[in-house]
Amino acid sequence: MKVTDKDVSHVADLANLELTEEERAHMLRDLNSILEYIDRLSELDTDTVAPMAQVSDRYGVDESQQGSQRFAYAMRDDVREGLRKSLPQDVALKNAPDTDGRFFEVPKVIER
Amino acid sequence: MITGKNQAAGLTIDEIRSAITEERTTATALAKDFYERIRKEDPEIGAFLTLCEARALKQAGLIDQMAAEGQPLPPLAGIPVAIKDVMVTSEVHTTAGSKILDNFIPSYDCTAVARLEAAGAVILGKLNCDEFAMGSSNENSAYHPVRNPRDKSRVPGGSSGGAAAAVTAEMAVATLGSDTGGSIRQPASFCGVVGLKPTYGRVSRYGLIAFASSLDHIGPFAKTVKDVALVLRTIAGRDPMDSTSAEVPVPDYVAELEKPVKNLKIGVAKEYFGAGLDPEVRAAVESAIQKLAELGCDVVPMSLPHTEYAIPTYYIVATAEASSNLARYDGVRYGFRAKSATLSEMYRKTRDAGFGMEVKRRIMLGTYALSAGYYDAYYLKAQKVRTLLTRDFDEAFTKVDVIAAPTCPTPAFRLGEKANDPLAMYLADIYTVTANLAGIPGISVPCGENHEGLPIGLQLFARHFDEATLLRVAHAYQLLVRATI
Repeated sequence: MKVTDKDVSHVADLANLELTEEERAHMLRDLNSILEYIDRLSELDTDTVAPMAQVSDRYGVDESQQGSQRFAYAMRDDVREGLRKSLPQDVALKNAPDTDGRFFEVPKVIER
Repeated sequence: MITGKNQAAGLTIDEIRSAITEERTTATALAKDFYERIRKEDPEIGAFLTLCEARALKQAGLIDQMAAEGQPLPPLAGIPVAIKDVMVTSEVHTTAGSKILDNFIPSYDCTAVARLEAAGAVILGKLNCDEFAMGSSNENSAYHPVRNPRDKSRVPGGSSGGAAAAVTAEMAVATLGSDTGGSIRQPASFCGVVGLKPTYGRVSRYGLIAFASSLDHIGPFAKTVKDVALVLRTIAGRDPMDSTSAEVPVPDYVAELEKPVKNLKIGVAKEYFGAGLDPEVRAAVESAIQKLAELGCDVVPMSLPHTEYAIPTYYIVATAEASSNLARYDGVRYGFRAKSATLSEMYRKTRDAGFGMEVKRRIMLGTYALSAGYYDAYYLKAQKVRTLLTRDFDEAFTKVDVIAAPTCPTPAFRLGEKANDPLAMYLADIYTVTANLAGIPGISVPCGENHEGLPIGLQLFARHFDEATLLRVAHAYQLLVRATI
């Protein structure tokens, strides 16, 4: 068993999940079975292989540039009203579970 | 006059457009026909989550007005289409198949949807899918499962199960789905329709609810390759709203269909015909490859040596990205919120109650793979193997133009058959995930049935941005098969 009860609790914490006792038992079983299958990746020697994060790294890239400048396809003019105007406040708030008409409301964060 | 009693069912895009142009029907009559059919057929299938009749009839009215005034009609004028519920639609309920978005009404349109509508298509409604597109059977929808119209005891595949089933049951002429690891091609294969996952960057994802951003694609379903080409031509191309959409010219995919396929090299990789492949699927796909040879293609045996590592790589990369993308569902700005006394309790209770088990499982796996101490062993390792899998295709495409394979190892399985075994479910994607990791285009085309009459799909891959060749081979195959039936 690679993943323990303690790991499940820790990861659930990181992911902002609580999970019921039953769900935790399922997670323990499923994560171990999936990770056991995934472990076959360790058969491959990848010491000299570069990681690949994005397919689009391969297109429209200007190799002579550094950093984000390389990705010409992702660049646009830096203007205040960008490609789309900001949503009006009432539209931005319309799907929120709780608002005061100006802000999103949430349960109290800081105890006084 | 095409009206009533579903006379339009089974027609292609061109047939419908001419019927409207020649005033044999109207877009409004057609839309009403399709809604009638949906009301009759869909209670037993479950493909639709939301119908947007007001929007559809308004659009149909505009098309009819253009036709009445003798204006030239746009390429998809009056075509009844439907959209997987992972694409946002302005003022139309959008759920991604999840309870956490149960009451979500978006304020803008996904680019692919807007482009379809601008080309004259009539959007009938939103289609059922696995929650956040996570699943291979459509059983993970938080609302209800979808049944395969070809055999209602079986799954339609997933995650775009509703999008495939709606085309099969002729409740829409074409649909849009999304494909992160096979979610267009696998249900197309299970339901006996054509489904295309374009190249990464070919179709804008602006307005697509994100699952795994480096793997997510939008693509069309239809009964014919030609209709898929027509829809792709409409939705493809650079969109300034999606920085990953590529500045690569869009060819006229429909015109390209008619070019000859003679002497194209078709690779057949032995890794796609190994253990676990159903013998009837193997026979149907081998016979389809034989048909490609009869069309004058050169069939070339080859190898994609890292294929067995695709599923483990995919389930690390996809879940890692999902764990990050789904962090936004916190009950603050939109969607469902669980009542709680404190903020941190609210986040947890909202996510606990709002997400289904498979979504939680993937968030947990992805969070684990990214967590301190495991990042190098899992996430970084998977990214490196992704490079090897992509190199396999790069190498192959120096020798062949198209690769042929099965879409899925088996025909459609029964509802409940794999629901309690996540790993068995993941292995249903064994032939489809690699195209997502490498970003190459893939298509599933019907290539026969097994002894129970269940559809089997032939999968074809091509070079990045070479959908024209992919569609051309698929079209030539479909014409040959249809001519010989």
